Amino acid sequence: MTVATEDLVDSASIAAASTKRKSLWLVALRNPNVIIGGTILLVMLVIAALAPLLGTVNPTRIDPASRNKKPGTEITMRMDDGTTGKRVAIMGTDSLGRDVYSRVIYGTRVSLAVGVSVAIIAVAIGVVIGLISGYIRWLDGIIMRVMDGLMAIPGILLAIALVSIWRAGLITVVFAIVVPDVPRVVRLVRSIVLTVREEPYVEGAISVGTPTWILMFRHILPNTVAPLIVQGTFLAAAAILVEAALSFLGIGIPPEIPSWGNIMAEGRTLFRVFPHNIFYPAIFLAVTVLAINIMGDGLRDTLDPKMSKKV
Amino acid sequence: MLDFIARRLVAIIPVLTVVAVFVFLMLRLTPGDPAAVIAGDNATSDQIADIREKLGLNEPIWTQFAIWIGNVLQGNFGESFFFKKTVAELIAQRVEPTLALATCTLLFAVSVSVPIGVLAAYRQGSLFDRLVMAFAVMGFSVPGFVIGYCLIYIFAIELGWLPVQGYTRIGVNFGAFLERMVLPSLTLSVGFIALISRITRASVLEVLNEDYIRTARAKGLSNRVVLMRHALRNAAVPILTVIGLGIAILIGGAVVTESVFGLPGLGRLTVEAVLSRDFPTIQTVILMFSVVYVVINLLIDISYTIFDPRIRY
Repeated sequence: MTVATEDLVDSASIAAASTKRKSLWLVALRNPNVIIGGTILLVMLVIAALAPLLGTVNPTRIDPASRNKKPGTEITMRMDDGTTGKRVAIMGTDSLGRDVYSRVIYGTRVSLAVGVSVAIIAVAIGVVIGLISGYIRWLDGIIMRVMDGLMAIPGILLAIALVSIWRAGLITVVFAIVVPDVPRVVRLVRSIVLTVREEPYVEGAISVGTPTWILMFRHILPNTVAPLIVQGTFLAAAAILVEAALSFLGIGIPPEIPSWGNIMAEGRTLFRVFPHNIFYPAIFLAVTVLAINIMGDGLRDTLDPKMSKKV
Repeated sequence: MLDFIARRLVAIIPVLTVVAVFVFLMLRLTPGDPAAVIAGDNATSDQIADIREKLGLNEPIWTQFAIWIGNVLQGNFGESFFFKKTVAELIAQRVEPTLALATCTLLFAVSVSVPIGVLAAYRQGSLFDRLVMAFAVMGFSVPGFVIGYCLIYIFAIELGWLPVQGYTRIGVNFGAFLERMVLPSLTLSVGFIALISRITRASVLEVLNEDYIRTARAKGLSNRVVLMRHALRNAAVPILTVIGLGIAILIGGAVVTESVFGLPGLGRLTVEAVLSRDFPTIQTVILMFSVVYVVINLLIDISYTIFDPRIRY
């Protein structure tokens, strides 16, 4: 999907998007895919925000007495103040006795944060480089060769390489996922800049002596908004998957942070006996990514009509 | 034609140069002395000095790059101190499972997804079409390792039809080899099938409105011939392009799938190398996969002429 999203932007859809922008956003909000995907995503955001209130306990709390409990087991746990209490571990516990339900709920925060921050950072960096590349001709060749080179390294491998250089941490993982995405954003932005700069209104702006930076921000950048939102949505979905994969392999964010990938990584060894450690986070992961992708499809159909015919 | 191939070969030189520079710089960008990083935690100072000498680390960085690229071009990828072998040996040992997995996946995915995509386009709007599209979105959203564990749970643990994990070399026992390839290939295929069937559907849909399709129908040709010979062949170029770009997904997916199924391939090697910070191995694997990816896409570019004789170079 991201593969095909790259270069397929034409001036007609851009012009349509910018002249009728307000009404287009309203149309987008009425698209059934946007509504369905957006609603599920909203639920996930609420879960992430209200994680401490949803009957969770400290997701990092180790409890050797209640290791590897199947979902629905009632466990007795000792509170920090010395009293004991009973609670039902609805998703069971892992091999260190941590409550899987709490970990999955808190994991929502990590995954959504990774998805959103990767999309925003990748788009921000990509826009800057793309504008420079599309506008400053002598730099274009060099920048695009570097981008082509980066795109020749399969995305997950590039992320793995960067993680190995920087060592694992939440921020390094985010940037390791950002770097492979940047060339795709750059190509998109550059192709829009190249089309738009030939438009009469840009020539007009140049001829009345508009400074370059105003030209970029007022006349060129707005044209990139709609396609970039579509692209950013898909980037966020892919980023959540890549983070989960890296953490699952043990080379993502540090294991003590409860992310869906880390919960699954922990559940690998005892998968045959206690599959719940993998299945519950997997359901959350799949539903979240599915919701974002469905929303992205809807946004693309409404904001970027030319694209929707292509795929 | 030869002229075109020559031009395309020249065009991949800057791309591969960027990749090579990145891979070379990887080691220099890690904090610490590159020789100490390569040698690992248990190295003696003699070993470190020896490595420094071999890599020319006392020379200026341009010379270092020249030495390194010279070695790589001669097939000398250095030595893995963690695995106590040369990297070339290590890769040779690990290449078979990955190659087998990729081949099985590619064959299975293409032979399933292209007919599905064509049929979905032919019956646009039908229940089948909607199912295919729904599957395509699902295939993008469910990570490979989750699919892998679901398949293991159903077919290996609950039903007991297939082995859970592990690999048998193709030369040792072909039956056992195939048995152990089924689930990994299925796992890796899902994302690929989603990608290809979606593109096949879209590009066949576009072609189905063309005049020559109507003409072919008017001549009384059967649906099958119209779809397969007239529509699919004209829709082949975007499909091939996506298969080529999808190789990146295949390589990334292999890393995850091999870990789930315990296949001792290059993907598993990559993860082991990262976990043990074995840089010569990481560098070589990344370089190699990138070259494979670029070369496959070059071959696909060239193959356009076979599927679409209108394209002449």
